[in-house]
Amino acid sequence: MGVYLVQFLSGLASASALFLAASGLSIIFGVTRVVNFAHGSFYMLGAFFGYTFVREVGGGAIGFWVALLLAALAVGLVGLLVEFVILRRLYKAPELFQLIATFGVILIVQDAALWVWGPEDLLGPRAPGLTGIVRIFGTPMPVYDLVLIGVGPLVLAALWLLFNRTRWGILVRAATEDREMVGALGVNQSLLFTGAFVLGSMLAGLGGAIQLPKGGADLLMDFGILAEMFVVVVVGGMGSIFGAFLAAVLISLLNTFGILIWPSGTLVLMFILMAVILVVRPTGLLGRPESGGHKTEVGVEQALRPAGPHYKIFIGLLLALLLAAPLIVEEFYLVLITDVLVLALFATSLHFLMSTGGLVSFGHAAFYGGGAYAAALLVTYAATPFELALLLAPLGAGLLALVIGWFCVRLSGVYFAMLTLAFAQVAWSVVFQWSDLTNGDDGLLGIWPSAWASGTQVYYLLALAISAGGIFLIRRVVFAPFGYGLRATRDSNLRAAAIGIDIKRQQLAAFVFAGAMAGLAGGLFVFSKGSVFPDEMSIPRSFDALLMVLLGGVDSLSGPFVGAAAFTYLHDELITFEYWRLLLGLTIVALVLLFPQGLAGAAKHHLGRYLKLEAGSAGRAKQADEGRPA
Amino acid sequence: MGLRKLVTFAALAAAVTFSGTAGAADTIRIGDINSYKRLPAFTIPYRQGAELAIEQINAAGGVMGKPLELISRDDQGKPGEAVRYAEELFAKEDVVMITGSLFSHVGLALSAYADQKKRLYLAAEPLADALVWAKGNRYTFRLRPSTYMQVAMLAEAAAKSDAKRWATIAPNYAYGKDAVAAFKKILKARKPDVEFVGEQWPALFKIDAAAESQALEAAKPDGIFNVTFGSDLTKFVREGTLRELFNDRTVLGLLTGEPEYLDPLGAEAPKGWIVTGYPWSEIDTPAHKQFVDDYQAKFNDYPRVGSLVGYNTLLSIAAALEKANSTDTEALVDAFKGLSLDTPVGPITYRAIDHQSTMGAFVGLTDVRDGKGVMVDWSYRDGAAYLPSDEEVRKLRPADGS
Repeated sequence: MGVYLVQFLSGLASASALFLAASGLSIIFGVTRVVNFAHGSFYMLGAFFGYTFVREVGGGAIGFWVALLLAALAVGLVGLLVEFVILRRLYKAPELFQLIATFGVILIVQDAALWVWGPEDLLGPRAPGLTGIVRIFGTPMPVYDLVLIGVGPLVLAALWLLFNRTRWGILVRAATEDREMVGALGVNQSLLFTGAFVLGSMLAGLGGAIQLPKGGADLLMDFGILAEMFVVVVVGGMGSIFGAFLAAVLISLLNTFGILIWPSGTLVLMFILMAVILVVRPTGLLGRPESGGHKTEVGVEQALRPAGPHYKIFIGLLLALLLAAPLIVEEFYLVLITDVLVLALFATSLHFLMSTGGLVSFGHAAFYGGGAYAAALLVTYAATPFELALLLAPLGAGLLALVIGWFCVRLSGVYFAMLTLAFAQVAWSVVFQWSDLTNGDDGLLGIWPSAWASGTQVYYLLALAISAGGIFLIRRVVFAPFGYGLRATRDSNLRAAAIGIDIKRQQLAAFVFAGAMAGLAGGLFVFSKGSVFPDEMSIPRSFDALLMVLLGGVDSLSGPFVGAAAFTYLHDELITFEYWRLLLGLTIVALVLLFPQGLAGAAKHHLGRYLKLEAGSAGRAKQADEGRPA
Repeated sequence: MGLRKLVTFAALAAAVTFSGTAGAADTIRIGDINSYKRLPAFTIPYRQGAELAIEQINAAGGVMGKPLELISRDDQGKPGEAVRYAEELFAKEDVVMITGSLFSHVGLALSAYADQKKRLYLAAEPLADALVWAKGNRYTFRLRPSTYMQVAMLAEAAAKSDAKRWATIAPNYAYGKDAVAAFKKILKARKPDVEFVGEQWPALFKIDAAAESQALEAAKPDGIFNVTFGSDLTKFVREGTLRELFNDRTVLGLLTGEPEYLDPLGAEAPKGWIVTGYPWSEIDTPAHKQFVDDYQAKFNDYPRVGSLVGYNTLLSIAAALEKANSTDTEALVDAFKGLSLDTPVGPITYRAIDHQSTMGAFVGLTDVRDGKGVMVDWSYRDGAAYLPSDEEVRKLRPADGS
């Protein structure tokens, strides 16, 4: 009896810290529509600041709590800085750019925290006066846990008062409903956004600080909490604070009792719950459907046209150069370009889904890794020859995409993105923990190509052929009737339905196709490295793909290739520096601020006036430039 | 950009890349790949240990008359990146071999690469048994005592205790699973009447310590075998202590006594756990004292296990180069087989049978002194004594090309 009651109370206690962090994320999203990936970093900073402040001011019981509040304030200041310097400039840009900017912030914060607080884990200070236990039916229960149980509802009540009883809160709610209208009525929107962002950051910081007495501060906390926070926000309903509270309690209790029943299912349970809830209630427990205005968040503004003559010449030259590469550059660069080609195919498949389908996936690495694992499993268990395994990789990934897509296409917008994230996380957990089949973290090794293809040069040419073929196929699909139909579903559900397009089926087909192409890239990857590990399916991998697409530019079809090349180049150049994450983060932020259309998009914008990059845009090209080659 | 410009640019790029490796240096270059940013608390001491060794080796005249040079790369904890850097180091930097890595999966990826490309790889820190057994190959050697060896040291202590009912808690991934499987196997063989009454598998770095502690308590074990580490360990120790989980129980902690894990716990370090670790301040052999003095003089910091491993790694490489008197890969592989050398913790040998070094670990009890976790009643266990019989090793290492 006591055991279960204590277990129940422990679940409620961990729900509190989770709720604090997640509610901040929910508020930020609700008001600014920013999916703040840096929220985990704010949580981590809260813990680090809390640690420092408790040491500085936290003498007695009062000092301790003051220190926690100070930590929250400090994180709020960091949030203010991020909003003011970066996000504010991006509210006009497509929403996904803010996401990439926040990803840059994650990298910056990681290195900054390492620099300030050093590499070692810090042991969280105990709360003075609350270090003891009470006995509940004989079972010991830490007093601090009981305090935590109280904190959650307290903050919830405070937030409720803030949003329902203050003018600021009511304006924020109004902005959540209709941003333009609030702006039209003369309310300073940017001030509201800044306020909401700071409030959200503070809550994350408080969440990180308040868990100190139960653990501490370490440099892996940011990604550690991120997935969980997103699950809470999505299960509760984006933007709903009560929902976040309910979801936090539900998930924490599920975890606590799940441990008793299924000790090794700890990672998967939460995501299964999320999938079930989203399938039953697509907008989460207390969420409301997104209003129509948020459909094209990828920011596709121009209709794509088939390639013009200059563009074709350019592509031809590029291909010729790539084909000749083995004669020009030494072997290591071939390895590097092989990586770029693989990533380019991966990014192009995501780009197809985003720009043509209007479907933003946060979990596209599931199919990249899925393809890699399909090939690796076939080689490991069925001794499948290399050629066949490479051919079956996209098939395996396509099947996975069919299953995941079947659930996901029921949703749209951010909910769709979140559900793909959740499923990718499930796929990752299964691969990570089902070690009898996948060898878990130790990965599948010795997955090399047949003898004829194992030389660096031959494999490079093979990768070039497959990757270029894949990208051309994707391009072909974009301009096929299927692609046009898909674009119709992206631009207007109603009109597409009216001309007889089965929207969900169209989207599912696109999802499966994109998944299969990502799987092909994964297959190429595994044979080039000789091994595959769960990391290839993880959240950061999915972010990499998003980053490549957005770096290159969503608007342009060559964007993903440019993005993949830029991504690989940046990584390779910066990695030799001690603080390469800081530099990479700053570079990402700078690129997003300078080139909101992406690199290829910017190039197209500036050069497009002079060149015939698109068929039918000849009228815009100047006569004088006709003679110049591309 | 005009066509002419493009061609010029391409030619220029080609020229630059060609000139990259011209003029091989007069140093012997060693490639080093490690997760410097992912887990800096472990890898920075490693690099410092390696740097110290390089400095001393070069001060003594280098190897074969040439100084050693370490070329480091950060794999970011990603196996794919590690393999790419391995290619880069061999192709562009002219290294004679590669070493390093902390994560087992990165080590395994590099070992598969070494096998395929016939390059020498000395795994410094990864613990996975597969590295020298199931996936062992001619081109891979390993320095640090493996999961199996360290578990065997603890299982020996477990067999001597009175505890009959055992529960385990381990992070739910390869290392945790290997450790628990090895523990059960060895303990059962040594003491057939033990019972295993509970297994907890928290997700790595996501432990719900309160719930896990309750679940372990509910199994009413006499002994607990702990494999958690890092922030998981901190939380587990806190909750377990508060909830009286460790009272009157034999608790074993794999790696818990290593400064990397013990020091962050400060005064809250558990007392009386039987652990493997590294009581660096108390080892008073002259060789080790010298190592600690040199290390502290150079870095103004005390050595961790990583420092010792980094130091021994470079000593091993220098010894192998001397023995082979060549930088040829095949000659180096043959030199590593059966290579013996002296280290600050005593002599070690790279076994010809499975390429595992016999570097051991320290086993002792944890205690708290002056607000810090320490190891007491410790002793050094030579790794050679905790490896399975040769016959068994041959079975464990199927694809032995050597």
